[in-house]
Amino acid sequence: MKRLLFIAPLVLFLGIAGYLGFGLTRDSSILPSTLIDKPAPTFDLEALIPDGKGLKTDDLKGRVALVNVFASWCVPCRAEHPIWMRVATQEKIPIYGLNWKDKRSDAIAWLEELGDPYERIGFDPDHKGGVEWGVYGAPETYVIDRDGRVRFKYVGPVFSETLNETILPLVRKLQETP
Amino acid sequence: MIAELGHFALILSLCVAVAQSTLPLAGAARNHAGLMTLGSAAAIAQFFLVAISFAALTHAFVVSDFSLKVVASNSHSLKPMIYKISGVWGNHEGSMLLWVLILALFGGLIAGFGRNLPPPLRARVLAVQAMIAVGFLLFLLLTSNPFERLYPPPANGNDLNPLLQDPGLALHPPILYVGYVGFSIAFSFAVAALIEGRVDAAWARWVRPWTLLAWSFLTGGIALGSWWAYYELGWGGFWYWDPVENASFMPWLVGTALLHSAIVVERRDALKTWTILLAILTFSLSLIGTFLVRSGVLTSVHAFAVDPDRGVFILLLLIIAIGGSLALYAWRAPTLKGGGLFAPISREGALLLNNLLLTTAAATVFIGTLYPLLLEAVGGGKVSVGPPFFNATFIPLMVPLVAALAVGPLLAWKRGDIMGALSRLKVAGAVTAVALVLCAALAWGRPILGTIAMGFAVWLAAGVVTEIAERIRLGRIPLRQSLARAGGLPRSAWGMALAHIGIAGIIAGAAGATVWKEEIIHVMQPNETMEIGGYTLTYDGVQDSRGPNYLTRKGLFSVSKDGEPVTKMYAERRRYLVGGQQTTEAAIYSTLAGDLYAVVGDNDGQGGQTVNVYYKPLVPWMWIGSTLMVLGGFVSLSDRRLRIGAPSRKRRKPAAAQPVPAE
Amino acid sequence: MTRHLLAAAFLTVVMGLTGPGLAVQPDEMLSDPAQEARARALSAEIRCLVCQNQSIDDSDASLARDLRLLVREQITAGKTDQGIRDFLVERYGAFVLLKPPVNASTWLLWFGPLIVFILGVIGLTMFFRNRAQSGAPAATARLNADEQARIARLLDDMEHGSESHESGDHGKGDKP
Repeated sequence: MKRLLFIAPLVLFLGIAGYLGFGLTRDSSILPSTLIDKPAPTFDLEALIPDGKGLKTDDLKGRVALVNVFASWCVPCRAEHPIWMRVATQEKIPIYGLNWKDKRSDAIAWLEELGDPYERIGFDPDHKGGVEWGVYGAPETYVIDRDGRVRFKYVGPVFSETLNETILPLVRKLQETP
Repeated sequence: MIAELGHFALILSLCVAVAQSTLPLAGAARNHAGLMTLGSAAAIAQFFLVAISFAALTHAFVVSDFSLKVVASNSHSLKPMIYKISGVWGNHEGSMLLWVLILALFGGLIAGFGRNLPPPLRARVLAVQAMIAVGFLLFLLLTSNPFERLYPPPANGNDLNPLLQDPGLALHPPILYVGYVGFSIAFSFAVAALIEGRVDAAWARWVRPWTLLAWSFLTGGIALGSWWAYYELGWGGFWYWDPVENASFMPWLVGTALLHSAIVVERRDALKTWTILLAILTFSLSLIGTFLVRSGVLTSVHAFAVDPDRGVFILLLLIIAIGGSLALYAWRAPTLKGGGLFAPISREGALLLNNLLLTTAAATVFIGTLYPLLLEAVGGGKVSVGPPFFNATFIPLMVPLVAALAVGPLLAWKRGDIMGALSRLKVAGAVTAVALVLCAALAWGRPILGTIAMGFAVWLAAGVVTEIAERIRLGRIPLRQSLARAGGLPRSAWGMALAHIGIAGIIAGAAGATVWKEEIIHVMQPNETMEIGGYTLTYDGVQDSRGPNYLTRKGLFSVSKDGEPVTKMYAERRRYLVGGQQTTEAAIYSTLAGDLYAVVGDNDGQGGQTVNVYYKPLVPWMWIGSTLMVLGGFVSLSDRRLRIGAPSRKRRKPAAAQPVPAE
Repeated sequence: MTRHLLAAAFLTVVMGLTGPGLAVQPDEMLSDPAQEARARALSAEIRCLVCQNQSIDDSDASLARDLRLLVREQITAGKTDQGIRDFLVERYGAFVLLKPPVNASTWLLWFGPLIVFILGVIGLTMFFRNRAQSGAPAATARLNADEQARIARLLDDMEHGSESHESGDHGKGDKP
């Protein structure tokens, strides 16, 4: 019994060391979404482009789609942009844009320069729509199923690896399920 | 070329450390005098080699040798010289080299000052010290080499983060590291004692001064960091319960417990296995802190650039060092003989209560800091544990500690008389009651918590004064004799009194700064005035100027009180030329009653300037209190009895080897 | 490795949003002092998601400002503090609260310190009981002659600076 008391610190430490080891395996900057498998939040954003389409909750129903949070000031958004151009033209998946904390003119110029892959773009200069989605940075990308439920969230720029190994397979699977 | 010399010296010091970690140990086991002495020579050689390496790196920073990667990414030729030098430890690699330098310095000090330690004990202590050095030298050379070259060298460097270009923060890391790393000595002594299978009063006498030295520096380092945050970060906070702050605070809490339990070992030959455990834990928490700061496991505002490979390496070091010493503890500690007995109500009992509360507090900080990680590991999702949690759990633990702090030193050793002690505190109690009434009247309508905190501060200070008055029999013998007795009191008694009074100062300052602070946020036009904390503050407009490596805009203020001008002060917003980063420099007018604190923000485009003004009562007492604590540590250290290189065990033996009842 | 670099780049960009300026700006503040005080107190409990370990009340990040405005908007709309907390937790998870709520997953966090304390008290009780049983009744009585001599020696050494136990070269320069 007394012996056990002297072994306790060692056992306790080894347990803690195990947790510290676990801590090394994860990226502490990623915050998981609370929306997974829940209906997309209620929001209604006006169109970014004056004669374009805005974005609201009901727009997300009916088709499997992606929602991409972007801004013209965001450098990683520029880095991932070619991926969305490719998805829009080749994969036939609707992409909806959420233009986050941006200036309208800057965002429009950015899209004119790089191309516009988005079917609809909601303009969200003051985080009103972003807060509903739990957005805390740009870019962020969500996969929405046919019923308008959020199935996946990715934080940070999407490159072909993430697209081909995670996002596209999930989209295909969701498209196949009736 | 000089950099290569530094690199080479570092490799050589690793070789020396390997020899130092093995040969003296073998010598001590076989009682071979030659091998044992080798330890001291190696420790001194190791120190000089690391010092050469450190000097080489410093040279590279001073001459702005941008062919070294660390210099290029952390320095700039325009930077003032003091920040070129402090840039040496303003980055991961250089600060790690400083860490190892201090470790080697302490090894060298033991070799130099520990001449009257029994040779086997000294050999073992130095060997353990060298084992730690081997681990960290390998870490430095394999994952964080400060002498890595860059080709082609850039024309100029990236500059040091401007927040770090500050005199307070230039000094903060070295002082903090002396504290952190200084606890390695207590650790080495503990491990050596476990190998030897013997702990006695003489052992405690050797460990105490080193622990006290490390503790004093750690206290100073933490206080300096806190002071820096207060004046530099621009909103007058001084403690954020950030993981990096907690990483330095945990060893401080357990180290403080160690300081007190070592007294019991020394005086009463009791609590040995507990004290050994505390010595191991204190340094282990320093190591875990190093891991937390440098591995990226926890996110923090102060964390260094993160590299997962480094995290894995430090984790392995932790497992070997902490796991190894705790395994040795589990194996050897049960064989250590218990010592003198004592009743729960006694000086020893009071020191145990101190230990219980301090270690519980350390456990609280530990749980709070690591809980998010723990919960995520079991799939429980992400949570944040922030200041509101720590304030709600830590402060309740400090309340009984502070209350008992006034009583403990009045209890007798072995069996004390609590009623007697309390009756001697009658005057202190009366003073506290008066202070409470005064505070309540002065701070009528303000949060009652502030008044309660002041009550505790006064109670503690009055208790300390009572203890000294009792010792010099003030009022019971003629004053002249009392003064003579005061002169004859050991310095360690004065040291204790200073450190304990310091805590009273910190309580008062912290409570004033948080509970009683006043704050006004306002867009001020030139010549507009505002009233705060009894002062009238007039905004005199802005003035632009240029510093050595930044542009600055000063917001000028005139301060007056009751119509009389008091001072002029200015708050700055600096823009650093290289990185474009902005910093704020607060304007602070300090009196013993409190700080008037102003920062300027953006201008509104119409000549107005956003201004945040705070009045924070009693804040200077926090810095005075911290200084008194550090001073108390050094005054105790200057006690001849505690001086480093204290008496030899042979001479002490009659005291230590007295018969004690078996446990 | 690339993943980490990208994450770092991502964070830098988010941080890049952090404009110069102090946290709470005059134009954000509510005219009703009681409501403003509520907003400040509540903001101090809400984590700034992009700046790590700062509350939105302390941070000058643009996202923190948005959340401060949201808190104030909801206070003006008559929402309770708990209602606002719930609103944010629903969207950002419990992570957004600096003071985690007491529930099954944080039980160990909130009561862990208490458990440590109770274990400590039990340990101390066992320690004193063991000693009381093993030692003679006299063991915890007042100091016996030997012990008294030992303490006296230590005290003597301290208070009168006796050199008797020390090797000569260490007391040098001290007063007698």
